Amino acid sequence: MTTLKVNGRDHQVDAEPDTPLLYVLRDDLALNAAKFGCGLGQCGACTVIVDGKAVLSCVTPLLLVEGKPVTTLEGLGSIETPAPIQRAFTEEQAAQCGYCIAGMMMRAQALLQKNAKPTDDEIRAELAPHLCRCGTHMRILRAVHRAAHLMRSADASTVQRSAQ
Amino acid sequence: MNGPVMIDRRRVLAGTGALVVSFSLPDAFAQDQAAPVAKPPGSLAAAPYLDSWIRIDADGAITVFTGKAELGQGFKTAFQQIAAEELDVPFASLKVITADTSRTANEGYTSGSHSVQDSGTAIQYAAAQVRALLVAEAARRLDLPPENFHTENAAVIAPDGQRLSYGDLVAGDMLHVQAQPAAQLKDPATFKVMGQPVPRVDIPAKVTGGAAYVQDMRLQGMVHARVVRPPSYGAQLTACDISAVEKMPGVVKVVRDGNFLAVVAKKEFQAIKAMAVLSTAAKWKETPSLPKQDDLLHMLLSLPSQDKTILQQGNAPATGQKTLEATYTRPYQSHGSIGPSCAVAQLTDGTMTVWTHTQGVYPDRQGIAEMLRVPQASVRCIHVEGSGCYGHNGADDAAADAALIARELPGMPVRVQWMREQEHAWEPYGPAMVTKLKASLDGNGAISDWHFEVWSNTHSMRPGGAGSMLAAQHMSNPFTVPAPKPIPLPEGGGDRNAIPIYKFPNAQVVHHFIPAMPVRISSMRALGAYHNVFSIESFMNELAEAAGADPVEFRLKHLEDPRGREVIEKAAQAFGWHKGQKAPPNRGYGFAFARYKNLAAYCAIASEVEVNRDTGRPRLVRAVAAVDSGQVVNPDGLINQIEGAILQSMSWTLYEAVTFDDTRITSIDWQTYPILRFNAVPDSVEVHIINRPGKPFLGSGETGQGPAAASIANAIANATGKRLRDLPLTRKKIKNAIDA
Repeated sequence: MTTLKVNGRDHQVDAEPDTPLLYVLRDDLALNAAKFGCGLGQCGACTVIVDGKAVLSCVTPLLLVEGKPVTTLEGLGSIETPAPIQRAFTEEQAAQCGYCIAGMMMRAQALLQKNAKPTDDEIRAELAPHLCRCGTHMRILRAVHRAAHLMRSADASTVQRSAQ
Repeated sequence: MNGPVMIDRRRVLAGTGALVVSFSLPDAFAQDQAAPVAKPPGSLAAAPYLDSWIRIDADGAITVFTGKAELGQGFKTAFQQIAAEELDVPFASLKVITADTSRTANEGYTSGSHSVQDSGTAIQYAAAQVRALLVAEAARRLDLPPENFHTENAAVIAPDGQRLSYGDLVAGDMLHVQAQPAAQLKDPATFKVMGQPVPRVDIPAKVTGGAAYVQDMRLQGMVHARVVRPPSYGAQLTACDISAVEKMPGVVKVVRDGNFLAVVAKKEFQAIKAMAVLSTAAKWKETPSLPKQDDLLHMLLSLPSQDKTILQQGNAPATGQKTLEATYTRPYQSHGSIGPSCAVAQLTDGTMTVWTHTQGVYPDRQGIAEMLRVPQASVRCIHVEGSGCYGHNGADDAAADAALIARELPGMPVRVQWMREQEHAWEPYGPAMVTKLKASLDGNGAISDWHFEVWSNTHSMRPGGAGSMLAAQHMSNPFTVPAPKPIPLPEGGGDRNAIPIYKFPNAQVVHHFIPAMPVRISSMRALGAYHNVFSIESFMNELAEAAGADPVEFRLKHLEDPRGREVIEKAAQAFGWHKGQKAPPNRGYGFAFARYKNLAAYCAIASEVEVNRDTGRPRLVRAVAAVDSGQVVNPDGLINQIEGAILQSMSWTLYEAVTFDDTRITSIDWQTYPILRFNAVPDSVEVHIINRPGKPFLGSGETGQGPAAASIANAIANATGKRLRDLPLTRKKIKNAIDA
């Protein structure tokens, strides 16, 4: 049994230690967002956040993430209460088939947690490991900018509220 | 005796004006429903009953059915808009059910940019006719002329304001009536939902980790399978010791049927580990059968072909003063879905149910039933969205794999997903093609004669027959690959868009259809139109240059079609195109135009490309497109499709070629088959829509592929002074051309 901390909750997982985190998330925890794209770390569809960093879950064995906080797209928000990045991707309609989108969003989220106001070049560089085949790139870039804006204004309103 | 009062529904729909009420028993309806003289439009022609498309329950719930599959194009949202508009109901109150052999009409494949054109039109007309029936029923009940009623918010409103809800009005088999050729469609000026950028219904789940794909299905007791595919086409399994694999943790079963080999395990990664061991245990005899990858031109020209002249006009001798010739080539290219193909199958009580991201549930059912040697009625195929496919990828093969494996494990749901290497090595590619063009310019700089020849395989080896599916080809009692057939014009396959839209005094177009398929191929977005438009529109620029004319002006000089002209003018104007323009150093401007299939959407694309002269690396800086799709249903959806077409086509055009040695496919992942990454994404892509209210929908999903390719090629030529005609236009080829 391995203890895995996902989206703020501890899970006891019965999987072999070499099992990539991706399969544990999908099969053992029934989470949909992280996707199998290549299993080779070449496309980014499986990206989740571990310890604040974007990680390719298809090539990250379970044993390396034991006890570390793992966040998947499900952990950011829901349809009813979407996180800023989820709102931003919806508002920009930044998906066609959408298979790559969860991975893109997680890397963008990790970036925005470190850098609240990334430049366009920084966003492009950060998303370099990610492939989108539908050609939704322009919208994805716009959505990340919008997410940054939404996160900053959310922070601002939090500050305002706490100041009152 | 008093029979029930019935509305003569056919006459209501035929729009004979006054409501005709007849007294007839339901049984008499078969006779009453005389075959309509003209066929109703879109897919209604093949599936004419209104309740095949729209059902209204007594509680007012409305369901719209389409036989098309949502592939990420967003048409599920568009169909919901169309139905909501013509039914006069709130958008959110509708539910759309997509392709399912037990529930929806047989609309064949979701391909060829036909979804909105065929299914959308059917839904539009069906919805309008359902609304007419509901109005007629309300009028009958209140014994008033139907002209005095109107509809709003899912109800028929009587002259005195009385509200009769659709749910209350619908009764019995009221909607089980054949559609008529014409319908009282709404005036586009009154549209509330159609024409609006309604947000897509599928995106919320996709951005929050909801179950959105067949890959996300988790049925009770589901097991995971992986297939061990042969290492190359035609390889024979000579030995396979499965004893070690069977002892591995979680392994449920090893399935071997001739050259078909698979392993099933309780958990997915157990199946993957077992697949690796099984793969090592399997011994194959391989036969070198592949052509030379670096000489596709001569390979294609040397294969036997069936030749057909598809256009021959004018017989005046060529009066040209200047004659140009050029040969263009395209390699095999991969669909490259980000998610490898996947399916879930379950054999329950003699019925094989397959959840699949196929583009054609009915043809898939036929193929799977044939493979399993059971009646079609024993197979149900349900479409569940997958990763974008852009044509015939591994979806149908994965569905067949799942069915063949599930047959061995009755009752157990079996999920199969391909590995990345399998998708890349086994999907049926977009075919390699060759075009040869020759044209002459007259003394006025106009094209006086035009010759176009195209060599190509078919562009559809989709199922129908089992022989199109890998599992059926590999099983011990195998099915042979069906004989390829060219897709007939006007849509065409290898000759799609081979006939120029421009008008020339003399023109000849020849299609050389090549039956032999040394590499597995089938349909890829735009089919032959990608290469034919790339060729025609590159050559138009070469001719314009020879004539000393501006490329936009030169196109307009040869184009009569007013809608085409408007699209060209719009793209040029929005780009800031002007005669005699000069791009900044190391940059070039390109332009291209086509009407997809010469019968669907019009698209013109102007582009600016930057070329690094030291490395040869090209980068699309910006693209400006104009598109005319007829009546627009969802402008943002259309823009999304065109943006995607430009970026995807740019990737095909600059980077992509399937590679192989004499035996095996060697482009088996994203390192060996590189595609567009973010470092090469343009600064901006603009799409301008020319809306045509009330005009028929024109398919748009594929219209951008060819123009984007040629526009970029023309911009590279403008930037470097060198014309490249052999796709893909790689950094290396550009560098060599610059240095030459």
